[in-house]
Amino acid sequence: MKIVLKNLTKKFPSRDRKKREEVVAVNDFTFEIPDGSLVGLLGPSGCGKSTTLNLISGLERPTEGRIFFGDDDVTDLPAENRGIGLVFQNYALYPHLTVRQNILFPLENLKGKEKLSREQMAGKAREAACLVQIEELMDRRPGELSGGQQQRVAIARALVKRPKVLLLDEPLSNLDARLRLQTREEIRRIQRETGITTIFVTHDQEEAMSISDLIVVMKEGEVQQIGRPQEVYDSPSNLFVAKFLGTPPVNVFYGRIGDGKLYIGLEAVMEIGEGKDQEVFAAVRPEGFALQEDGPFTCRLKGREVMGRDVSVLCANDASLNPTVRCIVRAEDKVDLGSAEVRFSLIPGKVLLFDRETGQRVDFEVM
Amino acid sequence: MNGKKWNSAGLKGWLYLLPAMVFLGGFMVYPLIDVFVYSFEEGYHSASQTYFGIGLYNYSYILHDPYFLQAVKNTFLLVVITVPLSTGIALVISVGLNSIRAFRDLFQTLYFLPYVTNTLAVGLVFMILFQKTAYTDGFINLIITWFGGESVDFIGGPYWAKMFVLCFYTIWVVMPFKILILTSALASVNQDYYKAARIDGTSKWRIFTRITLPMISPMVYYLIITGFIGAFKAYSDVVALFGTDLNAAGMNTIVGYVYDMLYGNSGGYPSYASAAAIILFMIVLTITCLNLLSSGKHVYH
Amino acid sequence: MDNTADYRTLEKRAQRKDAFIKAGTYGILLVWAVMVLFPFYWMVLTSLKSYGTYNSEYVPALFTLSPTLENYRDAFTAVPLGRYLLNTAVFTVCTTATMVVVVTLAAFAFARLEFRGRDGVFVGFLSLMMIPNELVVVTNFVTVTELNMRNTFQGLILPSVMSVFYIYLLKENFEQIPDSLYKAAKVDGTSDLKYLIKVMIPISKPTLVTITILKIIECWNSYVWPRLITDDQAYYLVSNGIQEIRENGFGRENIPAMMAAVVVISAPLIVLFLAFRRKIMDGVSRGGIKG
Repeated sequence: MKIVLKNLTKKFPSRDRKKREEVVAVNDFTFEIPDGSLVGLLGPSGCGKSTTLNLISGLERPTEGRIFFGDDDVTDLPAENRGIGLVFQNYALYPHLTVRQNILFPLENLKGKEKLSREQMAGKAREAACLVQIEELMDRRPGELSGGQQQRVAIARALVKRPKVLLLDEPLSNLDARLRLQTREEIRRIQRETGITTIFVTHDQEEAMSISDLIVVMKEGEVQQIGRPQEVYDSPSNLFVAKFLGTPPVNVFYGRIGDGKLYIGLEAVMEIGEGKDQEVFAAVRPEGFALQEDGPFTCRLKGREVMGRDVSVLCANDASLNPTVRCIVRAEDKVDLGSAEVRFSLIPGKVLLFDRETGQRVDFEVM
Repeated sequence: MNGKKWNSAGLKGWLYLLPAMVFLGGFMVYPLIDVFVYSFEEGYHSASQTYFGIGLYNYSYILHDPYFLQAVKNTFLLVVITVPLSTGIALVISVGLNSIRAFRDLFQTLYFLPYVTNTLAVGLVFMILFQKTAYTDGFINLIITWFGGESVDFIGGPYWAKMFVLCFYTIWVVMPFKILILTSALASVNQDYYKAARIDGTSKWRIFTRITLPMISPMVYYLIITGFIGAFKAYSDVVALFGTDLNAAGMNTIVGYVYDMLYGNSGGYPSYASAAAIILFMIVLTITCLNLLSSGKHVYH
Repeated sequence: MDNTADYRTLEKRAQRKDAFIKAGTYGILLVWAVMVLFPFYWMVLTSLKSYGTYNSEYVPALFTLSPTLENYRDAFTAVPLGRYLLNTAVFTVCTTATMVVVVTLAAFAFARLEFRGRDGVFVGFLSLMMIPNELVVVTNFVTVTELNMRNTFQGLILPSVMSVFYIYLLKENFEQIPDSLYKAAKVDGTSDLKYLIKVMIPISKPTLVTITILKIIECWNSYVWPRLITDDQAYYLVSNGIQEIRENGFGRENIPAMMAAVVVISAPLIVLFLAFRRKIMDGVSRGGIKG
């Protein structure tokens, strides 16, 4: 099922009763989610990603704009008629019911010609349980399960009615680090096996990047960028997106374009093609530094962190926005910790320039 | 050094506890033991502080006292009628209260008012509303006659009418507590459960019976148990409606019987009073235990 | 098939059903609100009707056009209502103040001090919560009578002081104050009592206020014990006063004056409630105590 959002806007009355102004949680969203894809809504807290999810689910109604499932306008359709499954951040499993009863719950609501016989329901529940591999837990109560198991039950409950769309709200945030890796693979597998269009919300960029077909980066109610994870990482449309994606985060410097060169501080660090001379932010991915004895970019050496495969060189530069510049180099490359300085050349594809005023991406030619 | 320090700290602890222990010892623990002693002392006389012997005579006396039997009957009727009714109505009102937004605070405040009012004082108002005298039919009878009914004196009239007024007032008095407890129980149910149920297209009734009720069942049971205990100890609201001479009105309760035996026109018999108080305690204890036993089956914790 | 139109009717039906349920809900809530408020209205209304007007109304009027305050004057002059109010105030203040001190000390001992047998005693205290007052009243009555404390404030106050439940409530509250504060105070050489007064009491003020208010309500409305222990009008509290007024005051017919007295007695607590609404309701729901 393809999902189309058109000019979707949601305003809330301000929490502060004295103020009359409204809070715009979601501002003029327009985008299309292709059938059968896994989409991550990504952004810091308060960016409107959960509100977007609630609008798609029908739990909240948009102030303006329309929502389409396929060719059907579902904007005015109540949540229960939209054919969606929703997994809550805290799973919202009914604590007084067993796993089986929890999974059966949505099926027992069906009325009229959709009504199922006992056997049909049991069959569907078993199928859903098999899909998430919890067959042996059916008679336990949610309180007796681990976080990861609860998550699976919640997904099974959401899937048992064969929804057209599956929505997950921060699906991994309540799990510990190891389970998180495992569960995100699991979500990917389930989505592939069922082919259900799936949207999940997260504030963890790594999580979104690793399993999504498409990510939507949001900030303060506005969509910043939509695209395949690698695309968005390689060519972020603005400084916010560049800073938000990638660990360790991108290093940002005050820079200037002049005479076809990029200056950081007083050093001309890179040749770039003809363009307008202007002040910029130069963002360099940690992997965008190459050690070079006579390289054009000089930093004060602060130390080194060994991380096995790679080595982080920690240094400082007066033009940097952050006190520490983190550069990832290969473990074989030797750094002389005795020296006060370290010199790099920059790898052109890992350098991004942004307008000082607007934060928008400035394109340049790689020489 | 260490030992000495420990000792002084220990002493200090008891010192801080001393006032509480004196009050509790003097007015709760000692009386608790003594009430059993009294209840077995036959023919105790409070003026001369003498008694004939030890035995079960006091119990046998009150169990054959028609006033006591009347009091037991009244109390049981009151309990059986008011506890389920008040809990049920409170549940309906709380669910309603929980589902609205406008005026919710106002309603909650209004509903709590009876909790802070003097039972005796407001009881007097109820008496006036329900009473039929030579001078006036009273407000309630006015309404009854509007609807074409026959006016009744609820305060000095037939037994069922008096029982009705008593139950009505009792429910009015206990409602604020129940509504408050139930609304806070309802408010503490995680909203995500309701959202999940909505997405699954669960009907309102099913949400209530399958989700809401099980979630708040511990509080409902708590209210039923405290409701039983409270109703068994009914006294001041009865006095408020029917005056202090409850035996004459035929509306005495077990607690009223205890106090009447102790003091007042028929008083001066602490032994009978003790025996009646212990019987009351045993009844309450039994019913509470039965309640707890049955709650184990139905309540989700 | 035009799905949009189909959805519209679906939604409309759902909306109509919701509106219906909402109207029903407000209807029920309104009915109960009237049931709660009506007795209050009636008591104020009746207290404003003159004696003559009231008695000439065979069918009671639902409002009055000629309100009078003479009943309030009667209430204070014909019966010692002022005396009852004063007695109740004295009783309430003394009982509540003593209770707060005793309860605070005990809660501090349970929550903060360490001594052998502490937990045992605490369990003992808790089990006392289950003892109904009716069971101990008999002996207390005999005790106070034998001590010749009938018709005295001591006799009224002493047995009414303790509320085990408040010790429990306050102890729970005290225990939430982090240990590190106590240790820091010990390192600075602060005595236990000073620590209690300077640190724990200020931090636990909300709970202490709640306890105080709840006890005030309890005292103001107490009826059974005062009735047993006083038969001298000079020591009557308001509840006994009301009963006395009803049975022997004004004469059975002067109902407007009775209602004026009822208004005077009810007003202080209603004002207290409106002022501390949140605190009282939170306290009652947290404590789950029945008045």
